[in-house]
Amino acid sequence: MKRLLDIEFHKFKYSKSSKVLTIIYLVIVILLMFTGLIQVNINGFKGSLSDLGIFNFPYIWHLSTYMVSFLKIFIAIVIVSLTANEYSNRTLKQNLIDGLSKKELILSKLYLAITLALLTTMIVFIASLILGLFHSDYLEIGIIFSKMEYLPAFFISHLMFFCFCLFAGVLVKRSAFALGLIGVWWIFELVIRGLSSFIDFKYDVDTWNVIQHILPLESASLLIKEPFTKISIVQGGIEQLTQGQYIKDYGVSLINVVTSMAWSFLFIFWSYKILKRRDL
Amino acid sequence: MKTILEIKNLSKNYSGLKAVDNVSFKIEKGHVYGILGPNGSGKSTTLGMVLNVVNPTSGSYEWFEGTTTNHDALKRIGAIIERPNFYPSMTAVQNLELVCKIKNIAKDKIEEKLAVVDLLARKHSPFSTYSLGMKQRLAIASALLNDPEILILDEPTNGLDPQGIRKIRDIIQDIAKSGTTILLASHLLDEVEKVCTHVIVLRQGKTLYCGAVDEMNHNHGVVHLDATNRDGLFEFLKGQPYAVSVKEEIEGFKVVLNQPVDLGKINAAAFAKNISLNKLFLKKQSLEDQFIQLTNHN
Repeated sequence: MKRLLDIEFHKFKYSKSSKVLTIIYLVIVILLMFTGLIQVNINGFKGSLSDLGIFNFPYIWHLSTYMVSFLKIFIAIVIVSLTANEYSNRTLKQNLIDGLSKKELILSKLYLAITLALLTTMIVFIASLILGLFHSDYLEIGIIFSKMEYLPAFFISHLMFFCFCLFAGVLVKRSAFALGLIGVWWIFELVIRGLSSFIDFKYDVDTWNVIQHILPLESASLLIKEPFTKISIVQGGIEQLTQGQYIKDYGVSLINVVTSMAWSFLFIFWSYKILKRRDL
Repeated sequence: MKTILEIKNLSKNYSGLKAVDNVSFKIEKGHVYGILGPNGSGKSTTLGMVLNVVNPTSGSYEWFEGTTTNHDALKRIGAIIERPNFYPSMTAVQNLELVCKIKNIAKDKIEEKLAVVDLLARKHSPFSTYSLGMKQRLAIASALLNDPEILILDEPTNGLDPQGIRKIRDIIQDIAKSGTTILLASHLLDEVEKVCTHVIVLRQGKTLYCGAVDEMNHNHGVVHLDATNRDGLFEFLKGQPYAVSVKEEIEGFKVVLNQPVDLGKINAAAFAKNISLNKLFLKKQSLEDQFIQLTNHN
């Protein structure tokens, strides 16, 4: 395993696109950390964003994992291009001739995906911790390290997405087309959502509630639910509008963990099957 | 003798087309083998199959008498297929370091092998800036990194300029002299003729010949003779048991042989008949003639 990671990071280290995209990722994360200083004016409330209490422990774990999740596309491009370029440069063929087995090849890519998912989780952990220590109103150890389930959820959703990218790269062999495929799949999930919502509305059934936990991207995005309505000021606004109590379960549900893990496994398994069957 | 590779009835079909049809041969340690055949005769596909990048339709192959798994066997060989494949943004050294990691060997031979192929001066330039000849030489350096038990080269001089071809050929000849087993696929006959001791001839995926180069054709060559007295010489030649045919050409007679001959004895016999030869030499059939003959016959 150490050897495979070493091989994969050698490729990662000396690839231009991976360097550039990783730097962009880190820069955006750092910039996001300064958003606490932004002055806002919502609903009669005046002050900086941090005064809203959004950087309070443990709420910050939820907010930052949710926000930083959108940046995973940068790392995803790295994985897609590293995989697809192995085809276009024919280095995949040379790797096999040099004595890497097809299984080792997929495993090395999987290890890279796991490591990158772990690293991004680490980054969001450290960034949130720093932000929280600066801005949080509560600094008791028990509160700081509570409700941290969003971090493993962040890891799992990233891993699933990276496995999806890896599979797309292996399947279509060209990075641009592979990214296109991911985009098309995302639109496809939106179409399914529209259709099933329509069916639900017309026949008074609940298909979307089932399907959303099956679709890979939707299921992964449900791992960390939107945190905004949790902010008391926003929640208060909604309750005012709807004249009722706003209740929502913001926790990480097991079903989404299971489906995301299952999809990760399937994407890796299919990548291996495709690679094994294909003549290079 | 130690067998390095044994191929048994290997076949590959591409949607109905038989690219390789029931090919069998054995590679033994210490020889230099050539796989000859016109473009599209199945050379690269055969190599692709034994190198684990093309899945065979049927048949089998065995590296090192079956003592290791396929991908471990590949760590002990060096191979270049068709064109050099490296990571464009990495330098020569970085690319070779990666190969060392894949082959699980130490990195201390990188400098030495880059020196063999004369690339030391450019070792820190990215691969994408190399000329085709340099890329091909880097590929050879990469194949030599593990001091391979067999070196497999597929069309190593394809697309190179004359200097590049000469350089690659010199490198191959040096490697062959050092006793490394080589398997060289090519459609260029003089290339194979210059370095190979054994040859496998393929046409449309079928093996036409497999054996030593000089036994490729049961033919002993041609003797060219000439004398002032051509009529006398013709009479003399017709009576000789070794002459299959005698043909008069502008520059003299061409005699096709059916057995090995001693030119000295021919000279003496002719002189005894009062014919003084002003030209007498033996010409072995070139591999090209033999190859054309072989591919035409079948």
